[in-house]
Amino acid sequence: MKPNQPEKLIVKGKRLDGRAFDEMRPTTSEVGVIKRALGSAVFKFENTYAIAGVYGPKPFHPKFMQDPQKLILRCKYTMVPFSTTERIRPGHSRRSTEISKVVTEALANVVFVEDYPRTGVDVFIEILQADASTRCAGLNAASMALADAGVPMRDLVSSCSVGRADGQILLDLFGLEDNYGDVDLAVATVGGQDKIVLLQMDGIITKDEFMTMLELAKKGCAEINEKQKEALRIKYETGELNDNE
Amino acid sequence: MEESKIIVNERKLVIPGDVLATGLDFLPSSGCYRENNTIKAKVLGLAKIKDRFVGIVPLSGVFVPRPGDGIIGFIQDLLSTSWIVDINSPYDAIMPLGEAVGEFVDITKRDISTYFDIGDIIYAKILNVTKSKHVQITMNDYRAKKLSDGRLLIITPSKVPRLIGKQGSMIELIKKETKCQIIVGQNGVVWIKGEREGLASKAIKMIEQESHISGLTEKITELLGKGE
Amino acid sequence: MIMNSENYIKKLIEEDLRIDKRAFDEFRKIDIKVNEITSAEGSARVRIGNTHILAGIKMAVGTPFPDTPAEGILIVNAEFAPIASPTFEPGPPSESSIEMARVIDRGIRESHCIDLDKLCIIEKEKVWIINVDIHVLDHDGNLIDAGGLAAIIALLNTQIPKYENEKIDYKQHSGKLPVVDIPVPITIYKIANKLLVDTNVEEENALDARITICTNKAGNICAMQKGGVGHLTTEELEKAVDLSIKKGNEIRSLIK
Repeated sequence: MKPNQPEKLIVKGKRLDGRAFDEMRPTTSEVGVIKRALGSAVFKFENTYAIAGVYGPKPFHPKFMQDPQKLILRCKYTMVPFSTTERIRPGHSRRSTEISKVVTEALANVVFVEDYPRTGVDVFIEILQADASTRCAGLNAASMALADAGVPMRDLVSSCSVGRADGQILLDLFGLEDNYGDVDLAVATVGGQDKIVLLQMDGIITKDEFMTMLELAKKGCAEINEKQKEALRIKYETGELNDNE
Repeated sequence: MEESKIIVNERKLVIPGDVLATGLDFLPSSGCYRENNTIKAKVLGLAKIKDRFVGIVPLSGVFVPRPGDGIIGFIQDLLSTSWIVDINSPYDAIMPLGEAVGEFVDITKRDISTYFDIGDIIYAKILNVTKSKHVQITMNDYRAKKLSDGRLLIITPSKVPRLIGKQGSMIELIKKETKCQIIVGQNGVVWIKGEREGLASKAIKMIEQESHISGLTEKITELLGKGE
Repeated sequence: MIMNSENYIKKLIEEDLRIDKRAFDEFRKIDIKVNEITSAEGSARVRIGNTHILAGIKMAVGTPFPDTPAEGILIVNAEFAPIASPTFEPGPPSESSIEMARVIDRGIRESHCIDLDKLCIIEKEKVWIINVDIHVLDHDGNLIDAGGLAAIIALLNTQIPKYENEKIDYKQHSGKLPVVDIPVPITIYKIANKLLVDTNVEEENALDARITICTNKAGNICAMQKGGVGHLTTEELEKAVDLSIKKGNEIRSLIK
């Protein structure tokens, strides 16, 4: 047992935060939160708070690395120093580099890169508060931000996590479950369909457990897709003006 | 064979991935793509249906130049016989000497900066755009000229049609009420010069924010009536 | 860089052919050499086809992490040395080399193949630190599999130096590193809607998506990482899992 480890993560058939095993945390989605950026959005899994901003399509530099036929997407994932209980050093880490890579790949799947040759699109994801599933929240925010910016996409990318703690398979791990559970699986799909564009797992699982967790994750992603679409509709349907114009 | 049908109403707000039509009788136009049996949205915008074409009027996005577009650009750099022009797009434009100046120019005797220098603002026309989006512009058009003084405003390019209005009605209304010259580039750059530039700016910004909401003309008329 | 085009490779694969005539589930020739590097506590040189990777283990003594005061520390690093490919630039680690290191790390760590509890010298003060450095010497594709294999073989052959009077004597050994499982990463590559193993550099150029699945001796999955811009379906993932378990076992039998 590690210090601060709770005795059990499942008590009387319920999770420590009261949720059912296949219940997601309450989420928040909001679009158009950074005025300077061409597109932006916030996505929260309760206490996990991600914000994404999009700049582009714009000329890609360095010029010799431009692709004469395609747009180049670059996502950068960072966690702010005060996002976790113990302060993290500002700047990037190996972990944030790896996450930036897999998130870029997931989004590049849906963007119509041939529509804007020689350009680049930069997506910045900042995790303002971390309570597990940060890359999922970041990806959910980034998808909405790209749509907000008018970048052509096949669909939105939707992401969530599944794990196992005390032998029980759970949807959408929160901090304690992620730290002290024994399996963490992050999945992202294209618009809630059976097209997986991000998948990372650590822990030990059998093939059958994996297939069960994958189905649960796909369901979670489909739920999130609906919420992302709703947030985009709300921004434009009510045409909320920001008042400093 | 499955019957073809349109699923959304005209001007419905659609999100990338939303299905607009099913069946093979319809064709995707700007802003849409075909996936198997369906036509889906690729950008956030309002559905636009014309005959068999299903398209989208985008609510955001950058300017992609097309031949014939009238644009307002900034001279960024000078090459020996051409200028590089920022046209508010991910794509810079080249203006060759022959397309900007009507007379013969001996470049050994006269530097081209004497015609257009870095920082100058011009109204020009897109001449051609290659497949990898290299753009050439020309001033060989009756509307083309250098723009001096006045102020510039940049709006989302997809809102330009709304700003101009049906047969120019919206922009003429603003020009009249504010006593300003206003030139609107298809690239979202607007040049204003006249008595009430501030009021004109305010009206233009309001159109940009509320372009997809009805009752806009009344609101603008009211704003212009109230004054600064 | 001139090589066979993406389209050429895809066309071959659509016709169930590979450029070097292998089957889709066939690895290139694997060559393993152990402990050639005497300055390291353990080392392994793995060749898969023309891909050539050297992994070396260096052990040091340091303070444990506060939340695991009686556990040794494992650090995995990967170097895409410019010597290995004209596509590797000198400088800080690229995102691909960081990804490889972290995926191999997770396979080793999550499988609990090293009994880190046995690496405690003085609780809360001194523990053994295991540095696994994976050095790519020649890049002809399938780097994660080759690197992961080199890493675990090196660990299996690592001798712990003697620690006496607060000093490490690298010339003497106090026993073998306690390694109780053999995690093997197998990457399944999706090209032209088919699944293949062990792609070379030309085939990798035509890649749609890939999934690295690390399995242990019992045939359970201890790490997974999807890569590439393409997508994978549930059916493809299931097939990939079956294939990695099968190939993982085959490769494990090559390790003595």
